[in-house]
Amino acid sequence: MRFGVIVFPGSNCDQDCFYAIKDVLNQPVKYIWHKEMRLGNFDCLILPGGFSYGDYLRTGAIARFSPVMKRVVDFAKRGGLVIGICNGFQILLEAGLLPGAMLRNRSLHFICRYVFVKVENNQTPFTNLYRKNQVLKIPIAHNEGNYYIDENGSSELKRNNQIVLKYCSQAGESEDRFNPNGAKDNVAGIINKEGNVLGMMPHPERSAETALGSRDGFFIFKSIVKWLKDK
Amino acid sequence: MLTPKNYEVLGLSEEEYQRIIALLKREPSLTELAMFSVEWSEHCGYIHSKKMLQLLPKTGKYPALIGEDSGGIIIDGFSIVFKMESHNHPSQVEPKQGAATGVGGIIRDIFTAGARPMALLDSLRFGSLQEPYNKYLFTGVVDGIQFYGNCVGVPTVGGEIYFDENYSGNCLVNVMCIGIAKQNKIARARAQGKGNLILYAGSSTGRDGIGGCSILASKEFKEGEEKRPTVQIGDPFTEKCLIEATLEAISTGYVVGIKDMGAAGLTCASSEMAQAGNSGIEIELERVPLREQNMEPWEIMMSESQERMLLCVKKGKEEIIEKIFSKWGLNANVIGEVTNDGIVHIRYKGKSVVEVKADDLTNAPMYDVSCTKPDYLNQINSLDMNKIAEPKDYNKVLTKLLGSPSIASKEWVYQQYDHMVQTNTIVSPGSDAAVLRLKGMNKAIAATTDCNSRYCYLNPYQGAQIAVAEAARNLVCSGAEPAAVTDCLNFGNPTKPERFWQFKKCVEGIVSACQFFELPVVSGNVSFYNESPKGAIFPTPAIGMIGIINNIKRTCTQYFKKENEIIILLGICKEELGGSDYLKEIHKLVRGPAPELNLGFEEAVQETAKEAIKKGLVSSAHDCSEGGLAVALAESCISYKENMIGAVVDNLDFSIRTDALLFGESQSRVILSCGARFAKEIKKIAERHQAPFRVIGRTGGNNFKILDKRKEIINLSLEKLSGHWRQALKKIIEI
Repeated sequence: MRFGVIVFPGSNCDQDCFYAIKDVLNQPVKYIWHKEMRLGNFDCLILPGGFSYGDYLRTGAIARFSPVMKRVVDFAKRGGLVIGICNGFQILLEAGLLPGAMLRNRSLHFICRYVFVKVENNQTPFTNLYRKNQVLKIPIAHNEGNYYIDENGSSELKRNNQIVLKYCSQAGESEDRFNPNGAKDNVAGIINKEGNVLGMMPHPERSAETALGSRDGFFIFKSIVKWLKDK
Repeated sequence: MLTPKNYEVLGLSEEEYQRIIALLKREPSLTELAMFSVEWSEHCGYIHSKKMLQLLPKTGKYPALIGEDSGGIIIDGFSIVFKMESHNHPSQVEPKQGAATGVGGIIRDIFTAGARPMALLDSLRFGSLQEPYNKYLFTGVVDGIQFYGNCVGVPTVGGEIYFDENYSGNCLVNVMCIGIAKQNKIARARAQGKGNLILYAGSSTGRDGIGGCSILASKEFKEGEEKRPTVQIGDPFTEKCLIEATLEAISTGYVVGIKDMGAAGLTCASSEMAQAGNSGIEIELERVPLREQNMEPWEIMMSESQERMLLCVKKGKEEIIEKIFSKWGLNANVIGEVTNDGIVHIRYKGKSVVEVKADDLTNAPMYDVSCTKPDYLNQINSLDMNKIAEPKDYNKVLTKLLGSPSIASKEWVYQQYDHMVQTNTIVSPGSDAAVLRLKGMNKAIAATTDCNSRYCYLNPYQGAQIAVAEAARNLVCSGAEPAAVTDCLNFGNPTKPERFWQFKKCVEGIVSACQFFELPVVSGNVSFYNESPKGAIFPTPAIGMIGIINNIKRTCTQYFKKENEIIILLGICKEELGGSDYLKEIHKLVRGPAPELNLGFEEAVQETAKEAIKKGLVSSAHDCSEGGLAVALAESCISYKENMIGAVVDNLDFSIRTDALLFGESQSRVILSCGARFAKEIKKIAERHQAPFRVIGRTGGNNFKILDKRKEIINLSLEKLSGHWRQALKKIIEI
């Protein structure tokens, strides 16, 4: 399984994703520089977290114009697996690969801490090793994770079972008081209609080893490997 | 317009001006004068502190590295490089940018050594949050740290925050950065090899920060002065690119030397690199990229624009280096070359504007400073315990202490910092020390910053010793072997004899404690003139310390892990209340003798804890510090939110005053918890090290209780304690 980690200037979780794939998952992985006009041969692309181009403007708004993003869009259109984590998710929204937008956290503060999320949809390439409604302990670290989508869009997401992860309590209750950032319907992660592009705010690469406090995120990557093998 | 006669505006004395004339044997040019003014400032030249700093030990248990701008230790073929630095005055003037550029500056000191920055810690001090301006400073500084640190991708993993009236008018922002490099990849800050090229890399130069180090950092705050323009503006995105480009450039092997253009900018970088390499340097100033029009040569030389580096590159390899920077969207171009005449030559549009020996610039005068023991000590060192009424309701006292801003949980702060990026943080903020794994090894490093400045105010020598001892204790409690120190020495105006006495005694205290524990001081920083019309700050020698955990599985944290485990106290509770938070918060008194410290006794306690943890006998270990035994026990109960565990402490020795027993701040105490079957073995270890050992209670239940025989002294529900402790700071800030 060939993984590619896109590196934008300002990405800062690229090396963490690389490490999680190479040293924890034991799969081949390469960095892809944002100016790359041609992608090599990859099975899954990861858009990592960070502050692409400083994110002094709206998050992800500049990165989507990076040369490599054209290739990422083509790759996704052909059915390739793409996962955007944190800033990567924000870039996927800006690039139109996923619906909706990100607002600032309702506390107006950056939030870095472990949260709980519930697997709403385990029939995806990224979540097939989880049970439905399984509660994951996984960290978030962002300023803009307050997911927004209008009512029509929201009903469509629900109708198509596109909400993959929702913020919840340790016991799995997805009420507003367990929502760290104000995201609509507690959305922590969504998938496109075709089911090959996932965006998620929590960081699976930061929770891929017990030493880091949780191994729940590891199975996002492991699910991808399983799906690719079974394909 | 400045003229050479304006040496006073630049912060130089008449005497220093005459000395410059004697060195040059002529009048200095304006640019030369400007350069002397920054190089001879306290901030760059350490003119009042150098003699004392030479006393700090440079060797210890681990091989130490002492570089030009940072230092470290070597373990298993890796260099762990670290340093702490102050950005107090800029933060007092403009908290967000002041703190942000403090973070940026210290990170540059680490990666210019060729080390990848892997963690940040902040040691912060503010006046009382009752004053709106202090609240503005506190929230502004936190905002600056999160703005810069989060973006640049270096986790902020620990530190300390204190609030005390003495910092009103002069807050302290000390930032420590830790980096890691392969041992043979360490870079130096020097220019060497005639004909090698001098490259300027990073952001362009503007007028921001001119005089930052000489006018702002080397003077007291006076009433009604406007100093905002001397504060620089930070750009963490550029810094992130600079980190990657610089490390890539250094890895080529073509970089002879590299230095951050931070305080005193191009002046400091050029003259100090020349001096360190025993070389001269030639710079064509018009080749420096500028972002403002009509900048004078002296302005270019003094600018403290951020995110800039000066490199010395092997001749012929400059294009390779330029290409690396350009890949990261950064400018890098040749602005000069290395000579072998020991002289700093600066030319501007064909005209020579500077011709000075690098040695003359960098050998700032050293001043002998007179020093007198302050009178205040005689008045405040005594404490009549009979006049201190013992409280009736200890539940109330404990609750109040846990809600006081200095003791309350700092969750509101550290949740705004990305403390997990780089995926090495195995103990997050909220325990005695932060712990970072070293990928690919079975080892980890622990890091902490410590200083109780109230003790230093009451007894500078002992207070500084305690700062070292406590830092070491914190590391030991996390399972580490203390290895090396960086210090950030914050004091008032050194030309005042009483202030200098405080400085001298504190340095002597650090020297004695570091020698005792065999800890080298590998890097550091001095910040004087921390005073305002409201007075000087308490002497604050912040200690940053790194420890090594040889087996990552033996990492330890401060919170209780299981019900029904044994709680052990190592050390002795003495009847001492001097300098305690209890005395200040409950009795509104800052006085008394500082807590006693016996280094040998401290060692016995630390060795016991260390050995017990190493052998895997211990479930939790926590240092007793501010707020004393009761606060430490409460923290062990509540600090791990997902799994809070109560305690029944029913075997304390109530032969001393109850308030001293519960809230006194006797040193050299550690609370351990362990499975019942391990208690005996820990006792044996304690006996061997001659450390007092006492089983004081058991974990379990939903309450925290302290009993004197059957009488309840403290009984509070964990939910109440936790809510109060966790929410206190947020409530004060978000009113």
